[in-house]
Amino acid sequence: MGKMSGSQAVVKCLEEEGIKTIFGYPGGAVIDLFDALMDSDINNVLVRHEQGAVHAADGFARVTGEVGVALLTSGPGATNGVTGIATAYMDSIPMVILTGQVPRALIGNDAFQEVDIVGISRPCTKHNYLVSDLDQLIPTLREAFYIAKSGRPGPVLVDLPKDLMASQLTYPEKKDIKISSYQPTYKPHPVQIERACKKIMQAKKPVLYVGGGVILSDSSNELRELAIKLNIPVTMTLMGLGAFPGTHDLSMGMLGMHGTYTANMAVAECDLLIAVGARFDDRVTGKLEDFAAKSQKIHIDIDPTSISKNVKVDVPIVSDCKKALTAINEWFDTKSDINLSDEADRHMPWLETIHDWTVKHPLSYKDDDIIIKPQYVIETLHKHTEGKAIITTEVGQNQMWAAQFYKLDYHRHFVTSGGLGTMGFGLPAAIGAQMAFPDKTVIDIAGDGSIQMNIQELATAKQYNCPVKVAILNNGYLGMVRQWQKLFYNKRYASTTMDVAPDFVDLAKAYGALGLRATTKDEVEPVIKEALATDNIVIMDFKIEKEEGVYPMVPAGKANTEMLLV
Amino acid sequence: MKHTISVLLQNKPGVLSRVTGLFSGRGFNIKSLCVAETLDKGISCLTVVSHGDETIVEQITKQLHKLIDVIKVTDISEHEFVEREMILIRMKAESHTRAEVLRVIDIFRGKVVDVSAKSYAVEITGSASKITAAIDILRPIGIKEIIRTGTIAMARATKTK
Repeated sequence: MGKMSGSQAVVKCLEEEGIKTIFGYPGGAVIDLFDALMDSDINNVLVRHEQGAVHAADGFARVTGEVGVALLTSGPGATNGVTGIATAYMDSIPMVILTGQVPRALIGNDAFQEVDIVGISRPCTKHNYLVSDLDQLIPTLREAFYIAKSGRPGPVLVDLPKDLMASQLTYPEKKDIKISSYQPTYKPHPVQIERACKKIMQAKKPVLYVGGGVILSDSSNELRELAIKLNIPVTMTLMGLGAFPGTHDLSMGMLGMHGTYTANMAVAECDLLIAVGARFDDRVTGKLEDFAAKSQKIHIDIDPTSISKNVKVDVPIVSDCKKALTAINEWFDTKSDINLSDEADRHMPWLETIHDWTVKHPLSYKDDDIIIKPQYVIETLHKHTEGKAIITTEVGQNQMWAAQFYKLDYHRHFVTSGGLGTMGFGLPAAIGAQMAFPDKTVIDIAGDGSIQMNIQELATAKQYNCPVKVAILNNGYLGMVRQWQKLFYNKRYASTTMDVAPDFVDLAKAYGALGLRATTKDEVEPVIKEALATDNIVIMDFKIEKEEGVYPMVPAGKANTEMLLV
Repeated sequence: MKHTISVLLQNKPGVLSRVTGLFSGRGFNIKSLCVAETLDKGISCLTVVSHGDETIVEQITKQLHKLIDVIKVTDISEHEFVEREMILIRMKAESHTRAEVLRVIDIFRGKVVDVSAKSYAVEITGSASKITAAIDILRPIGIKEIIRTGTIAMARATKTK
């Protein structure tokens, strides 16, 4: 095989990994790489800010399940990407981030646009590399892809010194990747499966508590089979939304700080909590001692560190969620002495109790004839997209209303920054999602605060004909913080009033997008219909009730049963 | 409770900062840390002494194991083990204390490794508690400088019956 340059080899390796779209921003240190990309079929999406590149690659990865790739230059290019990397890390998203680095001879010299990005990104990547040897270039990249997508997925950063990109090398043959110190456990231990199934058999009031792991492992079907077969009610974390159909009778919606009354009561009263691909995050558990305190706990997770980190569990199962759920389903299917319909019937009294909670305190809001309620906007979006849109969100009230009122029936359709809570995530993530599925409706549900954090990506959307729809729930506040200030800080609205904001309709126009505004309730539906009917990017500016809050709400540090209701 | 954890890791650039970064980032405590190559130059052995209840130590070992470059993690204080620490102490040793210093060092089976008109540099090896005892006895005589290695430890071989 003939020689090729380091940058050509990197591009060839990306092709070999099946990458068709990457998101990047050029600069001195990666100029060779972008040059090599011109000769490839790989499409680079030129963003307007490196944070946008990483979020877009992240959004692409979340909706496809493939590894998202971002290519950034050295120094500020790399540091601008850090928020995006940390966002992906907290939500376990498979990504490879390629950063340029100054030539090896200059590393450590405070060279122009030099930064120790491997040092900076160490705590927010699954793994990272500085390639210091030409022979290691391609093996390292292959390893990076392998690590990013295997086990508990996560972002892997590879720092590429510029001189290596210009050096000549022989492209190495592909070999199986074996890392002796990295061998994730995929298969559940049969003894633990047996123990778990016996606990399920004994339970009178079981609850399935499912998180993002079910989506990452594509095990929605297995989950649905288990829940429906045994009549077990399901609650989902923010990251787990869509793992089980939100409109199904067994769905209790989201749990935790802004979870439904039903879900939080069910978890508090259950006698068996089956956690699948969830990590007992503080926004889910509230006061730890009171979380599911009456229950035995089964915990399925591929990452051993997640198990018994916050809450002690009775049956830990380190496994891929899909494999564990399949094993549990098979156990029930093959035991001839178990009558499945009897098992399902046994839970009827429990389901009735749950139903009573929902009747008593359904997810609701006080609607108004004139003033636009944000929840009404989301419900109307749901109605006109038939619940089939890919929803991305920013962070704050907009995110919680989207999670509560856009009843998701499909997995990989809800793209949100759960762990890190990154404002400015939704728009670039929507672009990434739209690049993956050009024919789908992609809606970024935003607030007037967070949309301004990466608004520049409208130009990216325009350049690549990504007809994303942005629904701004505009209340002129940083609403979630304002809500806390209202409830817990004596209504002292410190720095949460956005007195000056752009005219979003004019702004849309400036970017070549369509801008629409609704100021009264009757204008909401026509705006949404028009937005969905156009091929262009649309910004919908909904002037909503200024002081609307997200409810239910569990105050920080309180038990989940101490919810503030509407 | 004190735990002594032995970690085998790939001898690669930056691997130590992955370990120490994990401890600082997650608020785990490091009482001492020793690291050096093993017989295989590609693999290093790191001994870390930490404090924490069972939950914390379980997290420490799991989180260490999660690092891609970490090959093996053992909480060797769970079973019988030998631990050693070495200390270099420069003692004030003027005419009236020279003999006293030598006597105390002899009790702790230490030895003089450097000598000058007014000082002895002394090496003592032993468990952390022995080292601490030696320091307590030597302090009133006059310590000028002190360097501790931190603990290294090895599990005892299982005895056949």
